[in-house]
Order: sequence, then structure tokens, then C-alpha cells
Amino acid sequence: MNGPKKPANPHMTTGSLQKAQETITQKLRQYYDSVEEEGIPDRFLDLLEKLDEAEKKAGKESGGAHRK
Amino acid sequence: MTGARDGASSDFKREMLSQLPALRAFAVSLCGRHDQADDLLQNTILKAWSGQQGYTPGTNMKAWLFRILRNDFYSELRSRGRELQDSDGHHSARLSVHPDQLASLDLKDFRRALEVLPSDHREAIVLVGASGFSYEEAAAICGCAVGTLKSRVNRARARLRELLSLADDDDFGPDAAFHGAGTAGKRV
Repeated sequence: MNGPKKPANPHMTTGSLQKAQETITQKLRQYYDSVEEEGIPDRFLDLLEKLDEAEKKAGKESGGAHRK
Repeated sequence: MTGARDGASSDFKREMLSQLPALRAFAVSLCGRHDQADDLLQNTILKAWSGQQGYTPGTNMKAWLFRILRNDFYSELRSRGRELQDSDGHHSARLSVHPDQLASLDLKDFRRALEVLPSDHREAIVLVGASGFSYEEAAAICGCAVGTLKSRVNRARARLRELLSLADDDDFGPDAAFHGAGTAGKRV
């Protein structure tokens, strides 16, 4: 994979840069996606649920009026 | 379960819920650590919830949430007295990657390299390269000019290439190389 010598040819530059860029993009997405695919820990789902419940309750107690 | 009011808050909840996986991925990419990222995510959920009047339904909730999260990340950094701040590569000096490890670039190597970047460069490349935001959206999230954002992305790429020894044209410095290649300014 790694050639023993660097090509002295400047025309290589654009191609190898592009390839490097593609590799970076691919790895970045792979990393990001792997976290995204872990899903959301339950505690966050519970938290949202609680927040939502609390708000509904508060809404009912104040007669459903939306305070500004 | 009755009334339009309940419906509104449930819509907000549902929409937020659907953004959480991406938001969390952004948090982890930004912090480099799951525990810290999850604390950040929790704060973001609480802030977003209490600030939901500031969100206009139908607008980009994802961008709105990402913005809250990154602002929180930076205020946390500041309040810790820059303990985690790494702006000019003081961390990078400590990164020792052996050339033979680089041949087989795996995710762990990539992650380590990403962590070495200054956080503003890291967030720029993540927002554009992985979260799917345009340069304009990412700039709005970061509160900077589009040109600044682009330059951060380019510098992040250049630094990653360098850290990961991805190109065989080291004769050119990463900056010089990216002046040439970066002209296209295309998305990652």
C-alpha cells in the first residue's frame, strides 16, 4: 500500500488528495453513524416523557390556558 | 389526552425524539467521550424543553437543537477554565501515532485524530461532513461567517490528512496542498 518512494510527480497530488478526502469523509460518517445507531439511552426517553407529563399536568391545572 | 394543547407539546416531544440520535452522535463527536456527551445531551434536552417557545414549529428543529447543544458545549468549556480546550494543538503534541498503525486506518485511529483537532474545527467538519448540514446552516449553528466555517472545514481536513498520513504529498504543507484542492469548496 505504501510505496517505498514518494512520487515526484506533481500530477499525483490532486488524485491522492481527493482520495484522502474521500477516506476522511467515509471514516467520519462511519464513526458518526456508529454512534447514531447506538440508539438513545432509556434515561433520555424517560426524561422527555417526564417533561411532557409535567407540562400536560401543569396545563390542566391552570385550566389549559397557555401562559405567556 | 384531550385538547389541542396536549397535542402541541406531544408534537414537540415527538419531533425532538426523532432528532436525538443525530444530536447524540454530534455530542459524542464533539466531546470524544460518551459520558460527557450524554451529560451535554441531557442539558440540551432540558434547555430545549424549557425554551420551546423560542422554537418556531415548521422550521429546522435539528439545526435549532444542534445550536443549543454546541452553545452549551462551549459554555461548559469556558466554565471549566478551558481545561478541555485544545485550541492550538497542545494536545496534538501528545498524540503519538506510529506509522505502522496508520496503514490500517480503523475507526479508533480516526476518532483519536478527530479528538486532536481544535473543537471549532472538529465541529465544523462534523456538521458539514456527517450531520448533513450545508455550509450556510453549519455557519448559522456555529454563529460564524460562512467563509470562516469553510476555512475551518478545510483546515480540519488538512489536519486529519496529516495526522492520518493519508496523502503521499507531504512535500507540500497541508495548507499549501489545500489551497490547491480547496478551491472547489465542495462539500465533504
